[in-house]
Amino acid sequence: MSGTARTPEGAAGRAPVEARGLTVGYGGRAVLEDVTFAAGPAETVAILGPNGGGKTTLLRALLGELVPLAGSVHLARPVACVAQSDRTRLDFPVSALDVALMGALARGRWWRRPGRSDREAARAALERVGLGAEADARFGALSGGQRRRVLLARALVQDAQVLLLDEPFAGVDQASAQRIVALFAELRAEGRTLLVTTHDIEGARAFDRVLCLNRRQVCFGPPGECLGRAALEATYGSEIVVLEDEGGPTRAITVQHHDR
Amino acid sequence: MDAVADALLDPWRTGIGLRALAEVALVGALGGALGFWVLRYRLVYGAESLAHGLLPGLVLAAVTGLPLVAGAALGIVVAAVLLALAAGEERTGPDTATAIVVTGLIGAGGLLAFARAVPARLGDLLFGDPLAVGASELAATAAVVLAAVAALVILDRPLTAVAFDPVGAPALGVRPAAVRLALLVLLAATVAVGARGLGNLLVLAALVAPAVAVERHARTPATAMAAGALVAVAAGVAGLYASYHAEIAAGGAVALALCAAAAIGRLTPRRAPAR
Repeated sequence: MSGTARTPEGAAGRAPVEARGLTVGYGGRAVLEDVTFAAGPAETVAILGPNGGGKTTLLRALLGELVPLAGSVHLARPVACVAQSDRTRLDFPVSALDVALMGALARGRWWRRPGRSDREAARAALERVGLGAEADARFGALSGGQRRRVLLARALVQDAQVLLLDEPFAGVDQASAQRIVALFAELRAEGRTLLVTTHDIEGARAFDRVLCLNRRQVCFGPPGECLGRAALEATYGSEIVVLEDEGGPTRAITVQHHDR
Repeated sequence: MDAVADALLDPWRTGIGLRALAEVALVGALGGALGFWVLRYRLVYGAESLAHGLLPGLVLAAVTGLPLVAGAALGIVVAAVLLALAAGEERTGPDTATAIVVTGLIGAGGLLAFARAVPARLGDLLFGDPLAVGASELAATAAVVLAAVAALVILDRPLTAVAFDPVGAPALGVRPAAVRLALLVLLAATVAVGARGLGNLLVLAALVAPAVAVERHARTPATAMAAGALVAVAAGVAGLYASYHAEIAAGGAVALALCAAAAIGRLTPRRAPAR
């Protein structure tokens, strides 16, 4: 997934994802301030930050769910959003195939039953995330990692140019994580833009760019620039543990405080 | 044998009985299907508030001689506006404000009912009387039920997408607020037509009880809706039989049968979970 970061300007002259001086919040109170970044086609961006740092808020602002208190956002359509799977209703009576099929809603015609081509696209998407054999399984009965992959399959059916993924690696087993990382590389190779919130600092090194947030933008740039000790400490404060080598920080992990 | 046949057929030998059967079956079919979404969108309290709050409309219709369905519709519009205002009342708290609005509306309905000579007894308005449903009221119920069932079929995919993943739905091109509004309109229409037969206190049973009965056993929204509708119709028929043979109030008997179905559904062991 890592490689030369392309220019953030798309073919049409505007990046698929862009925020300029963005300040956003709830009830008029800012919870994330002064965010300026852009993500181009075939570019992957890892969004890092502590709990409450504004990662999910940024995604909601990009999607247009929150109106900016200041600044502006631009998001190219079609866009797919993979929310944290614990925000989906696990007791809802749908199969993995049903969930993947929801991606076809993005093509409009919501009043019609899904057609054969929609079903074929949904089955192909499930195959692509390695869950072809689980198509008829109840969504809530799948493991956390499998559920995340089903939601990714839904995004594939959408055929979105931009994918926003909220903590896709949280609580995910190793096999699912590897499958998701491989899929990200495939999607990037297809020219899609991926924004991924994560707590996995080491995993973020594989992305083209990193956006560090802690209620404001701390850093945006290549991993080498934003995953240094100073930027990470400014991002996480006491939540970060940096394991140093002689050559500088080599590994960093976050310590989750669940009382926040 | 003849005695059994008579026991089964006697309740439906009159126009009154047949209309009651049709009314209960129609309202049950819609309420049983819609109830799945009422539970999933956590609208039970809202449904109860709407149903209870429409009493002044029912009483006004009874006083002025308007069809009770029209009174229920008027009452529900007024109740919906007041409840929407209550929902935005942050200083008092939405729940508290809603409770005040609903009790206020019931009080206003009671005041109207006792202040004037109301042709229909207050008890019938509160607890319903499917045996008093006229042919034109039945036709209105049938029209609303047909339209609402068609709407449920058309809205199936957006309703499912928002109920399953309200956060991700907007990116699919589905507007959760619009879907919720459509559901509220369907809910209001169901309560308005159901209040005639089951009364504004008992109509909630047709909306909630069948869905509770089947929710642990259904594998898809479509089967949950179909099963809910079947349970509601069956319970409605059982209630009318009980009313006829035990000579008890029809509205109350149907509501009790619906609640019994809910209890049976909850107590019935679930099949082995699907993979």
